[in-house]
Amino acid sequence: MKFTANKIGRKIPEELFEKKLIPFQGKGKGPYKVRKYAPKIRMRRPGEQKILGSIREAIKAGELTDGGTISFHHHFRNGDFLLNMVCHEIAAMGLKDIRLVPSSIQGVHKEILPYLEKGIITEINCGTSSVIADAISHGKMERLLTIRSHGGRARSIENGDVEIDIAFIAAPTVDPYGNINGVRGKNACGSLGYAFPDAHFANYVVAVTNDLVPFPNNPISISQDHVDAVVKTDKPIGDPKGIVSTTLRITRDPKNLKIAHDCVEVIKASGLLKEGFSYQSGAGGTALATTNFLRDYMKSKNIKGSFGMGGATEALVRMLEDGLFEAILDVQTFDTYAVQSLLNNPRHIEIGASQYANPQTSGCAVNLLDTIILGGTEVDLNFNVNTSTESDGRIQWGMGGHQDTAEGAKLTIIAIPLLRGRIPIVVDNVVSVNTPGENVDVVVTERGIAVNPESAFYDTLLKAKHLNIKTIEELKRIAEDLAGGPPNQPKTTDRIVAIIEYRDGSVLDVIYQVAD
Amino acid sequence: MVKFVRTAQAGSLESCDILVTITKGKEQSGVKINLESSAKKQFGDRIIAEIMEVVKKFGVTDIVISAVDKGALTYCIQARTEAAIKRAFGVDEK
Amino acid sequence: MKKEPFKEKDDRLRRTRLYIPGNHPAMIQNAEIYGADSLIFDLEDSIPLTEKDTARILVRNAIQALNFGRSEVTVRINGINTPFLEKDLEAIVPTKPDGLLLPKAETEEDILFLHERITELEKKHGLPVGKIRIMPIIETALGVVNVEKIVAAPRIAAVGIGGEDLTADIGAIRTPDGRELEYISSKIIVACAAYHIQAIDTVFADINDQEGLFQATKRAISRGFQGKSVIHPSQIEVVHRAFMPSEEEIEKAKRIVKAYRESLKKGLGAVSVDGRMIDLPIVMRAERILKRAKAGKK
Repeated sequence: MKFTANKIGRKIPEELFEKKLIPFQGKGKGPYKVRKYAPKIRMRRPGEQKILGSIREAIKAGELTDGGTISFHHHFRNGDFLLNMVCHEIAAMGLKDIRLVPSSIQGVHKEILPYLEKGIITEINCGTSSVIADAISHGKMERLLTIRSHGGRARSIENGDVEIDIAFIAAPTVDPYGNINGVRGKNACGSLGYAFPDAHFANYVVAVTNDLVPFPNNPISISQDHVDAVVKTDKPIGDPKGIVSTTLRITRDPKNLKIAHDCVEVIKASGLLKEGFSYQSGAGGTALATTNFLRDYMKSKNIKGSFGMGGATEALVRMLEDGLFEAILDVQTFDTYAVQSLLNNPRHIEIGASQYANPQTSGCAVNLLDTIILGGTEVDLNFNVNTSTESDGRIQWGMGGHQDTAEGAKLTIIAIPLLRGRIPIVVDNVVSVNTPGENVDVVVTERGIAVNPESAFYDTLLKAKHLNIKTIEELKRIAEDLAGGPPNQPKTTDRIVAIIEYRDGSVLDVIYQVAD
Repeated sequence: MVKFVRTAQAGSLESCDILVTITKGKEQSGVKINLESSAKKQFGDRIIAEIMEVVKKFGVTDIVISAVDKGALTYCIQARTEAAIKRAFGVDEK
Repeated sequence: MKKEPFKEKDDRLRRTRLYIPGNHPAMIQNAEIYGADSLIFDLEDSIPLTEKDTARILVRNAIQALNFGRSEVTVRINGINTPFLEKDLEAIVPTKPDGLLLPKAETEEDILFLHERITELEKKHGLPVGKIRIMPIIETALGVVNVEKIVAAPRIAAVGIGGEDLTADIGAIRTPDGRELEYISSKIIVACAAYHIQAIDTVFADINDQEGLFQATKRAISRGFQGKSVIHPSQIEVVHRAFMPSEEEIEKAKRIVKAYRESLKKGLGAVSVDGRMIDLPIVMRAERILKRAKAGKK
């Protein structure tokens, strides 16, 4: 295999599984295609109806064959049953060599492990976690895992890098003619944003529901002119407890509270926290604490922001209700409070994955962010961030909107503890790269804050004397002093099991099979 | 020369701690260490060396050490090992 | 003030002293990140009897291996009449902590006994003699009665109050504004002040009541306490905020210190600011205010 070094020095094969790979050349490059993909024209004539009796009928109607591609959204998170149901059916039908393109794979999907081992599912495109990620790390899947960001997935579907034969959309409610929304029904999940590219660009679209409602459904997130078939089943397509949380817990760990507090101090010192401020943060314990500290500060100083983006959570919604933002743009909704808000508050706006983060459009929402707070499994001396592998080389996560928001936002903050247990989080070189250092401004840990010398905010932040500023090298040294040295390098074979794409379709890094 | 008195344990399974259990080994069996750790690949060799350092300092042998590590640092690994040895060999007891 | 042996001047800021249970490595190794002026690694009340040995070894190792930044490093050892005290001292003194907290300190003899044991151990281990301070905690009525003698003993710095135990010992009932401890607090503050020692207020147990903590700290400051013991990192910022002087106070303190220094230079006998005579205690209080202001701005 021939390799070339890409812009961040990672060695990328020129070709893999008969596909030519484009090495990452830096942010803002591309597009590498001229036109968007055009799916097949499907026609429904007056009098025809869309309801099918079973998932098997839908698979047949969508003409799925060996080697075909199917897709799913992950708005049901760890309460999703649909992906497993469809895969069981596909296996029972004797189909094989299927490419799976969900927007993420969660722990609940461990049921499909035998299908990887048997060659029924031979390729997966998305971030994976848990049992499936581990299996792929150990070489149990025939072909490649391609890890993409939310924006990258939207791009790949819209430009035809990925052609979907059947898109399965778990629909909290749908009417008999295919109008879907996510805000009502027992499986209500809020925004269905990740399913928008699937609905608009797949060659056949199937809505599967436990709640069939009368025509016309209201509101309409995904409209009937994109939906070919509707399957109503009594077998649960999701577990409400796994879909939305009733209360997401803000961290109580004083170490994470300190990190959250320092994130807000960095935002304040940057000068961005003023009228018109825009903000995105996640749903983890530390992220929620940051959102709450920010809210308290903005209220106390009467600062009115322009928009907040989510991961919509109660914490973010309360900022909207307090008048601290004009609107929330929501591509994924995490808790019941936020789902209700999406349903009832006109200033809480559902957006699709492409509108959110696809760089190859006339302008996606991440381009307008002032600041984003992100996590990671590792950071290196070049400020590259790893979100997909652990320090022992195993694939453990995807990357969500990390890459997209990091490039789009003016001020990108990585908020992480300096060690996890004994393992230093700041290292010489991360095991694999999901977000290149050129998009990262600040790393906030509990023992110090490092500013990227290439950052536009470098001079401003270094003037803030109350911030515990250290160089990234100093942070690494502190971590290694505590840990007793750097971690042992992961032991891998020379078989590539995964590639990490940049949002423009070029390849940022590859992941090798772990040697156990 | 201290003699083995009882199976003993020190530490806990809390985050950043290590639970060290010492049981009697066969005659002439030396020192056996069984390590379970969330950082085994990254630091396993060092953790075992740190435990052995304390064992050598106290000059005890013919023991089996079971260690369940939850991300402990060196100072803690060695403190728990020392405490477990002292408890197992009745050191510092009236 | 004449420099007497074992009575070196101590003007370290102790606005907050954070208790860390000595058997919890996660808390021990993160202790320094919260910015407490002083850290107390506890071997006493937070440690069950069956774990006294393991906690002792863990704290000993931690102090030797870890860096605690600018925080003072102290250990609350077990009380005089416990079977653990001797082993605590043997393990901890060689690590050179800044101070040892003695719980349930009741008599001058308690302190002298401790002082002698520490001195022996300092000599045995080749350490400079006299640097380790003794920080008594008054938790009984007898301790209150004897506090005037206790503060005169060698090595004493930072006298604390165990509010919960004291209230029980005198048969009083705890109230939200702490009035049942007013006399006791004042007695201890006066005794400490006479010997230029800091008095530290008792802990505020409700870690969710930040406003209550702020008010309690303000009351403590106005009485003359120079610090507050805290049991959770979230309390540190609140207490430091309460200790932050107002702009007015800072302004006035600057003028007092300036006037005093000028009068020294010019060899003047008396100093006056705003028409009032300034004595040494007023200057010292002004210096303390400026010190708190400087720390608060960090």
